[in-house]
Amino acid sequence: MSRCIVLGAVMAAIVSLAACTETPQTAATRKPDTKVWEVTDNAFNAPGWKSGDKVSWEEQMRSRAQAQNEYAKAK
Amino acid sequence: MARMKFICDAERCIECNGCVTACKAEHDVPWGVNRRRVVTLNDGIAGEKSISVACMHCSDAPCMAVCPVDCFYRTDEGVVLHDKDACIGCGYCSYACPFGAPQFPTNGTFGLRGKMDKCTFCAGGPELNGSVAENAKYGRNRLSEGKLPACAEMCATKALLGGDGDVVADIFRTRVLNRGKGSEVWGWGTAYGKPATKS
Repeated sequence: MSRCIVLGAVMAAIVSLAACTETPQTAATRKPDTKVWEVTDNAFNAPGWKSGDKVSWEEQMRSRAQAQNEYAKAK
Repeated sequence: MARMKFICDAERCIECNGCVTACKAEHDVPWGVNRRRVVTLNDGIAGEKSISVACMHCSDAPCMAVCPVDCFYRTDEGVVLHDKDACIGCGYCSYACPFGAPQFPTNGTFGLRGKMDKCTFCAGGPELNGSVAENAKYGRNRLSEGKLPACAEMCATKALLGGDGDVVADIFRTRVLNRGKGSEVWGWGTAYGKPATKS
């Protein structure tokens, strides 16, 4: 009988103390990013450059930026 | 290697807020968050000047320096991005940024401060380029689609230029040389007034 009481007390203590444990608070680490020119097939890709090719992407950026230059467009 | 930069031509900006609208629409930016905004100096006074301001993607970004969880990173193109899964929404970056770029959407029923949101130069975040997850967290990744930021491409007067720093600087220089003025609006004089002449 006394063994049951002791066992019950121990179980109660374990259950009540379990509430005092802290959930882990480790911050998520930053994920690595993929290169900007590496893209899966996307229906919204601008035409005129080859996805996955860095040189082609850089050339696309340069030519696209010239659309902002009306002095170049007016020639 | 391209170093992506924005430049706003104050001689051309007409304070239409088209860049702000383009940004909000392109990335479905939540209510109360403005990744970009138009600031007017000497508003209402003849000669007022407006410039469009967002994250300047600093070469030595103070937000990166102060972030306690190191959630910021700089891409090879010089774009300063962050990982929202690592961000704890502490707001240190907001205090450090001289342009007020970091924004904090209210989150949940009690308006708790959410994770930081800012201009991504339309380059998304660390999720897979063009993925649904990236779009939901950071908005559209136009750079990976071979396009420039929506704000710059949508600007009606082409006041806001975005792209490789060398290219946009060349475009701006051509303008200034053609119109014969405009470079002086950038710098100390605009921010603090003309220096007093010595008697």
